[in-house]
Amino acid sequence: MPGSVFRLFVVAGLLLLGAPPTLAATPNDPWPGLVQDIFNNRPMNDGSDVIAIEMPVRAEDAAIVPVTLRTKLSPGDVRQVLSITLVIDQNPAPMAAKFQLGPDAKVSEISTRVRVNNYTDVHAVAELSDGKLYMTRTYVKASGGCSAPAAKNADEANARLGQMRYRQFAKAGEGPASGAREAQIMIGHPNNSGLQMDQVTQLYVPAFFVNELRLWQDDSLVLSMEGGISISEDPNIRFTYVSNGAKRFRAEAKDTEGHVFEREWKIDDSGI
Amino acid sequence: MAHPALIIAALAMLTTATASFAQQQELPVNSVADGVFVHNGQTAQMTRENEGAIANVGFIVGEDAVAVIDTGGSLREGRQLMAAIRARTGKPIRYVINTHGHPDHVFGNAAFVQDGTTFVGHTNLPRALAARGKFYLDAFRRTMGDQLIDEVSMVPPTLLVSGTINLDLGARTLVLRAWPAAHSDCDLTVLDEKTGTLFAGDLVFLTHTPVLDGSIRGWLSVIGELGALPAQRVVPGHGPVSGWPAALADQRRYLQTLASDVRGLVARGQPIAAAGTAASAERSRWELFDDFNARNATAAFSEIEWE
Repeated sequence: MPGSVFRLFVVAGLLLLGAPPTLAATPNDPWPGLVQDIFNNRPMNDGSDVIAIEMPVRAEDAAIVPVTLRTKLSPGDVRQVLSITLVIDQNPAPMAAKFQLGPDAKVSEISTRVRVNNYTDVHAVAELSDGKLYMTRTYVKASGGCSAPAAKNADEANARLGQMRYRQFAKAGEGPASGAREAQIMIGHPNNSGLQMDQVTQLYVPAFFVNELRLWQDDSLVLSMEGGISISEDPNIRFTYVSNGAKRFRAEAKDTEGHVFEREWKIDDSGI
Repeated sequence: MAHPALIIAALAMLTTATASFAQQQELPVNSVADGVFVHNGQTAQMTRENEGAIANVGFIVGEDAVAVIDTGGSLREGRQLMAAIRARTGKPIRYVINTHGHPDHVFGNAAFVQDGTTFVGHTNLPRALAARGKFYLDAFRRTMGDQLIDEVSMVPPTLLVSGTINLDLGARTLVLRAWPAAHSDCDLTVLDEKTGTLFAGDLVFLTHTPVLDGSIRGWLSVIGELGALPAQRVVPGHGPVSGWPAALADQRRYLQTLASDVRGLVARGQPIAAAGTAASAERSRWELFDDFNARNATAAFSEIEWE
């Protein structure tokens, strides 16, 4: 019987678009191995009162998935958050980013955009000044984010390489009087993952990405990021911090080819 | 009692008929103008069941030769399109023109590879196919299955268009024009001068939610110029063949609404996570809205925030 006739009887109802390759909580859970590799098997404490992570349950675009990290320590808590590590368990390079928080900047919120390659747990691990790690977790449905083609508009992306933008937002209900500020840094960069294959040459487009970012208010470090290929094209970091009255905001980014991009902006007192 | 020779003849005809049916189905096409034929794709996602046949594809017959415009979402569909052509004309297929590089328009290309056939596309199309080919094959293998995808191979154009070129099919001129980034970064239109039929590829959508995979500002700018092209009718990439330039109105409104809503979000300092709320007023006007709008909005946001 010809194959075309068989095809008529195939049940086509199983719409596979977006179907997970495996169910969650399988024997192949990579998290214990990641605790070993990334955190030296240090004990993980429950972070539900310490750190929150917010991501969409189902990503619209697996190559640009928003993530927000929020610290939950009460103002009276003597402990400080020293760093936050973002781990996307099923990604080829699971350690997406490690954020070091400047000791005096009181960063309370960090948002960025990441690539998600498979349906996956995503962990946020905060290291506090008490020497302990605190962990929280969410689950995201997306696939192909790391091998997805780069820029929708390749020519414009190339023209933007290394350009940096800084923007201040008005913090609702707070503002210049309270000292809390919300700001954003954008860096034009393809952040090639090294996992996109050139169909013609059958070679992978080489990895080329921003791996270091530092942000200062005057000479005081606000935030630094060690980033990998899980950070989306045109890295975008949005964060809330406390101003020390500084007049200048400075950013320095480095990428895997040794480029250094530096820029400084005048901080607008209006906070807008 | 039936004559044995007649029985044998009848069986032979039946076998032949069955064999050719089993061998090659024809893609159903309508003649939308003299010598211009179009298959209307289903408004749907590409699936095993529809064999990826979700885009409008077609062909134009000149006095000497034929041009094919887009080849469908699977090799199978490409072969069915070839059969539809051969059922109507024996003239050689001189050109296979891809309006851009998305899977539903190029996966059937290999069905047309033959001496004397030239593949034509935007100058950026080879780069787009090289960069995205494997990703598309992997992604659509999940939804369409190995059988349909294993036979697909990417065939890039060798005749590249960066401005405008004319192709001759024998007393029939096709005017091809390459556009700056709009729906994608390799959009190409084909205007049949004889009948004033414009094959717009995915620069024009009707019914199906427009899909943004290039530049929203670029697309709005291109729409302005497209409307001035001297066409009687348009074959959009998705949706019914329609009058020109009236066919642009809905899409223009959608893109303007999307851009305006996204600009508002960016201006108010909203994060990209809020992008999905943009253009919600358009939901009832389009099919597959929830499949595409939020992703369009995310793309528009990541473009507009650089303004």
